[in-house]
Amino acid sequence: MSETEVFMQQVIYGLSNGMIIALVALGYTMVYGIVELINFAHGDVFTLGGFLALTIVGALGAAAIIDPNALGESSSWLLLFGLVIGAGLFCGMLNVGIDRIVYKPLRRAPKLTQLVAAIGVSFIIVNIALFWGGAPMEVFGDGKAAAASKDFPELLEGSNLLGEESNVVLRLEDLAIFIITIPLMVGLTLFVKKTRLGRGMRATAQNPVAARLMGIDTDRVISATFLIGGFLGGAASVMWSVYNNTISFQMGFRAGMDAFTAAVLGGIGSLPGAMVGGVLIGLIRAMSDQYIETRWTNVVVFSVLILILVFRPSGLLGLKQREKV
Amino acid sequence: MTSGAAGAPLLSIRGIVAGYGSVEVLHEVSLEVREGEIVTLIGGNGAGKSTTLMCTSGIVPLRRGEIHFAGERIDGVRADRLVGRGLVQVPEGRRIFPRMTVLENLMMGAYGRNDREGIARDLDHVYALFDILRQRSSQLGGTLSGGEQQMLAIGRAILSKPRLLMMDEPSMGIAPLLVARIFEAVKELNRAGLTILLVEQNARAALKLAHRGYVLETGRVTLADDAQKLLVDPRVREAYLGDG
Repeated sequence: MSETEVFMQQVIYGLSNGMIIALVALGYTMVYGIVELINFAHGDVFTLGGFLALTIVGALGAAAIIDPNALGESSSWLLLFGLVIGAGLFCGMLNVGIDRIVYKPLRRAPKLTQLVAAIGVSFIIVNIALFWGGAPMEVFGDGKAAAASKDFPELLEGSNLLGEESNVVLRLEDLAIFIITIPLMVGLTLFVKKTRLGRGMRATAQNPVAARLMGIDTDRVISATFLIGGFLGGAASVMWSVYNNTISFQMGFRAGMDAFTAAVLGGIGSLPGAMVGGVLIGLIRAMSDQYIETRWTNVVVFSVLILILVFRPSGLLGLKQREKV
Repeated sequence: MTSGAAGAPLLSIRGIVAGYGSVEVLHEVSLEVREGEIVTLIGGNGAGKSTTLMCTSGIVPLRRGEIHFAGERIDGVRADRLVGRGLVQVPEGRRIFPRMTVLENLMMGAYGRNDREGIARDLDHVYALFDILRQRSSQLGGTLSGGEQQMLAIGRAILSKPRLLMMDEPSMGIAPLLVARIFEAVKELNRAGLTILLVEQNARAALKLAHRGYVLETGRVTLADDAQKLLVDPRVREAYLGDG
């Protein structure tokens, strides 16, 4: 492999991972934009999305409806889209439920109270993920301990899309990530710009009292925000599982940290910021893996986080400061 | 001006008590606004003027008392539902949406409406009232001057199709020339049939404009009369008009 090919390969890895991180980052940034809360449970909701996807695949396999290890091409795409939507809805509704039960009663409480509550929810969900074992998963888990990583079947198999003789590998999974994440991001952007509920979200983010005085049901706006943020996280978790072929109860912790860093890098509260930040973090991770050392990658990422917080707390695309009347 | 033009009661606030946490701000405030009137609520800082409006808009909950609007009891009704009934507020400090354009801000006022022609007509009306908003329609709200933002907030409220327009300190922090322009607009809106409840610290200007006035002191209504009479009332002159 030439130097250029090595670099190109890392760009592909970085972009693929970055798009997934961006989807998760959108969930952090949307919720922060509306209720000024860092939803620390978001990464763990993401974890449960992956677990649900594996359970569904396992159940379908156990019921002999499909053979997860030998899917035809069209049925594997169908299964992938189905899992993305299923895990997305599940995580979206879970997120709404968390908001209703935990965050909503604390809406007027001090920020620190809310933050601690979010960390508490995170612990609860991590432990739910630990418990989430059961028969269908053992199809792949070989009866390993609950905490062990579980294999996620390779839903999309195929040869190098750039041709067998190319040294740079572009897999079907890479393509699938772009096919799924780009429409979701474009759709979200249009939704926020063009629809009534989207305008309600922007208004609520900019001035919640004024939004209520305009006749906007801000509770509904908040629920919709948690629903959409959770949906994107769930969709991302399926992509992540398919891409890495493994899931574990901690997968959301790392993905969540990367995504949170991405949201801060882009400017917390900014949708384009989360997208740009996600892709950048993906690329930084890939380049650090290749040119520094894998074990230093987390150090590099969190150094980026600290540098932003010190020198540009508003992020790349964020506002200089939040307007408060 | 006299109160002779006034019709049936549109807003009736009856003995409301409200506050924040352990602090009680309003101690049994009562006031009434009749169809077609401009009523002003004057008083010093912290008297509870804004709280009265926020209670009426459903943002601050009541502890006691009742609020009736257009013959129906409305305390306890959610804020977002009151706007559709025509109870619209231009809040203190304007609270425009800084990262939306002027036009987008105005259209937020029409959030709950579906009558396209009516919205277009009201938009024309707003532009006729404040031409500067037409010129700046694609500019971000946050880049406007204080006076222009106040015009934007009033225009936005007009697009909510108000039956009662409650304005909280429209003259606050605005150049005197623009204050005159804004008060002129309030008069025009009233002449066109809109009922207005105007909260002001600028008591002289407000009383000159209004039919009737209420004086609020530390959460209690201490005076209520025709605006003309309040203008010459020695207690008002001393406390609020700076005539010792």
